[in-house]
Amino acid sequence: MLCLLFFLVTAIHAELCQPDAENAFKVRLSIRTALGDKAYAWDTNEEYLFKAMVAFSMRKVPNRETTEISHVLLCNVTQRVSFWFVVTDPSKNYTLPAVEIQSAIRMNRNRINNAFFLNDQTLEFLKIPSTLAPPTDPSVPIWIIIFSVIFCIVIVAVMLLILSGIRQRRRKSKGPSEVDDTEDKCENMITIENGIPCDPLTTKGGHINDAFMTEDERLTPL
Amino acid sequence: MAEAESDTVRPSAVGGQLWRGRTPGRPAPSIMVGTGEVASALEPKDLERMMELEGHLSAASTTVFLSHKSPQGLLNLAGGGSFLVPYVIMLIVEGMPLLYLELAVGQRMRQGSIGAWRTVSPYLGGVGLASVVVSFFLSTYYNIINAWAFWYLFHSFQEPLPWAVCPLNDNRTGYDEECEKASSTQYFWYRKTLNISPSIQDSGRVQWEPALCLVLAWLVVYLCILRGTETTGKVVYFTALLPYCVLIIYLVRGLTLHGATNGLAYMFTPKLEQLGNPKAWINAATQIFFSLGLGFGSLIAFASYNEPSNNCQKHAVIVSLINSATSIFASIVTFSIYGFKATFNYESCLNKVILLLTNAFDLEDGFLTTSNLEQVKGYLASAFPDKYSEVLPQMKNCSLQSELATAVQGTGLSFIVYTEAIKNMEVSQLWSVLYFFMLLMLGIGSMLGNTAAILTPLTDSKVISSHLPKEAISGLVCFVNCVIGLVFTMESGNYWFDIFNDYAATLSLLLIVLVETIAVCYVYGLRRFESDLKAMTGRALSWYWKAMWAGVSPLLIVSLFVFYLSDYILTGTLQYQAWDAVQGQLVTKDYPPYALAIIGLLVAASIMCIPLVALGTFVTRCLKRGDTPPVA
Repeated sequence: MLCLLFFLVTAIHAELCQPDAENAFKVRLSIRTALGDKAYAWDTNEEYLFKAMVAFSMRKVPNRETTEISHVLLCNVTQRVSFWFVVTDPSKNYTLPAVEIQSAIRMNRNRINNAFFLNDQTLEFLKIPSTLAPPTDPSVPIWIIIFSVIFCIVIVAVMLLILSGIRQRRRKSKGPSEVDDTEDKCENMITIENGIPCDPLTTKGGHINDAFMTEDERLTPL
Repeated sequence: MAEAESDTVRPSAVGGQLWRGRTPGRPAPSIMVGTGEVASALEPKDLERMMELEGHLSAASTTVFLSHKSPQGLLNLAGGGSFLVPYVIMLIVEGMPLLYLELAVGQRMRQGSIGAWRTVSPYLGGVGLASVVVSFFLSTYYNIINAWAFWYLFHSFQEPLPWAVCPLNDNRTGYDEECEKASSTQYFWYRKTLNISPSIQDSGRVQWEPALCLVLAWLVVYLCILRGTETTGKVVYFTALLPYCVLIIYLVRGLTLHGATNGLAYMFTPKLEQLGNPKAWINAATQIFFSLGLGFGSLIAFASYNEPSNNCQKHAVIVSLINSATSIFASIVTFSIYGFKATFNYESCLNKVILLLTNAFDLEDGFLTTSNLEQVKGYLASAFPDKYSEVLPQMKNCSLQSELATAVQGTGLSFIVYTEAIKNMEVSQLWSVLYFFMLLMLGIGSMLGNTAAILTPLTDSKVISSHLPKEAISGLVCFVNCVIGLVFTMESGNYWFDIFNDYAATLSLLLIVLVETIAVCYVYGLRRFESDLKAMTGRALSWYWKAMWAGVSPLLIVSLFVFYLSDYILTGTLQYQAWDAVQGQLVTKDYPPYALAIIGLLVAASIMCIPLVALGTFVTRCLKRGDTPPVA
């Protein structure tokens, strides 16, 4: 009789925790990917810790404070390491609804990850999406700060150059005009061929040829 | 007389003893021609002239290398070691002769591009005008690249880099959908930087963030050109040398990256079958052509400041060699980084496949590695055929070669590929800041050359410079360009940018340089030009240059022209790549008719200057001949 009862209990347990059973979740761990050489082996002690973490998460849910480690059932542990788990109620007749388990695990995901030295990618709960960390948005975007700094520097430099240019021009116009004139003449770049400026040649239309000396200049004055 | 107003003529040394350089107060050191060739090479003024020229060119070449101007971009160098052969041949046959020609014309005519060509023949004043128009178009759209470089630079001061992680979706359970389908760097470029619309017809609004960066970029350019060419010369020292420093730093970093050797091996393995492909030669010719900045008129303007006895042949050869060496050097850096990125992607792809198989078959974690992957795949296929066939469609075929061969063109290269590589390096903020700072230096260096090409004729013309001071003219030019540039900050701005990038400068420049070569050789007369150069520099013109100018280079340019036209005619309509946010990738679309009209307008605006001015001069001459009877 006792044997039959025991058999019945394990049969029910087996039914409750099965791949793709109702309210069952698959968990996948990638310990070697995460820890490399420091990877630990997955044994029954680690499983016990896992059950403890799940029970702990469930105890935080209102109305479920009496969840014990023995209520968490694991099955189908593979070499991967992956397994399925369910959480049963104290009477061990039915499993708790998936929604409750989901919210409980999501709330405590960080602590579960830390217990195993893993993160959201290496300790996966399939069908339980993880809440991603919100991006830290500073009140003023950093790029605007740097932009304003550079903008102000450039505007100040432009102003300085313009002002110094205006000052230079004022100083030049106040300076001696003769020096300016000759410099201007040279700056205006009169074409000079053989010492005779070309401009007079073109304006006079070639009527008077300055290349030929006039009568009085031929003989040097005494 | 109308001609006196146009360009001021710098006094020439031909037949005269007295001349003065354009900048007053800087007496020219006497250069002993012939015996002092070595001394002249070390003259500080000589070096400075070369530095300015090199600064202008290196900026042009490296940005072309980073595929802003060249239509084919890095694809050229993807041909590997076999590309170097056409590249070097085109450099010798096309690059050096044309560069020497432009420098010689500038040095001989001693005027900016407009006046120089008018001196060659009164009907050819349009060539200079066409160069100015092309420079104007270029300066309009080019500064947006600097704006984007500023944007990325400002965003590089964050941890983590904003293009390294995808933003979260609304209920924080996963990442943004568009970002998942594309990669985080593509998402940052297409969504955060450009906020691109699905097609060129949806214009959208002006985005204020890139608009602010554009205003800043124009302010920086204005700051550099404010005082004219004296300050520009000093700035160019900085903008030309700094990229070399950064490139060297990147070379050291790039070569020590994991997987860099893959990229370098890919670059240097010659693909001999490519030598027979005419496209490789066309690409090499185009690359050389645009990297030397021919046809913009800025080379003529630079050379016009030279002393007449300056050895421009030496300058041309040395500068074009330095240019090409810089391009190859920059390509080594790029390919080592490219190899790193490709190896990283390949390894992540493999890891994804391993994870997929491990999960599907519940294998032990860590059992599958890259070395035994193929074996295990074979075993699994035979042992569990139905399960394997389920998994098969999700498994991507990872191939290092295909990663290396993914061709990225245009601005995508600089902004997507490099940022993707940078985000995987350690201390990525430092590398990012360095890289975008270098990009900024190159961009600003190019802009200085472009704006100088526009400003020189404006400040030279007596009409404008008598009314407005230099600062006001530069300010006005910058302001007008900035306002036009706001078009490129709209949501469809990148499509318009691509239009300008592909069509504003390419065909027009080819035609301008062709007309220039024909003008010097056949209109002005090659013998006359040769004797002018001999009298000016004291050096005879070698037969090689004469052969190139008269025959080979014009033929080459004509063949390039024919190739591009035939390409357009064969493909029928022009197409562009549009970003599809739903799929997370680029799709090809046709240009709407008004975009085609604008393309035609861009090309025609500069090309038509040449015949129109020639026609105008002819008509005015006829009228004048009809009006004034000959003087007895």
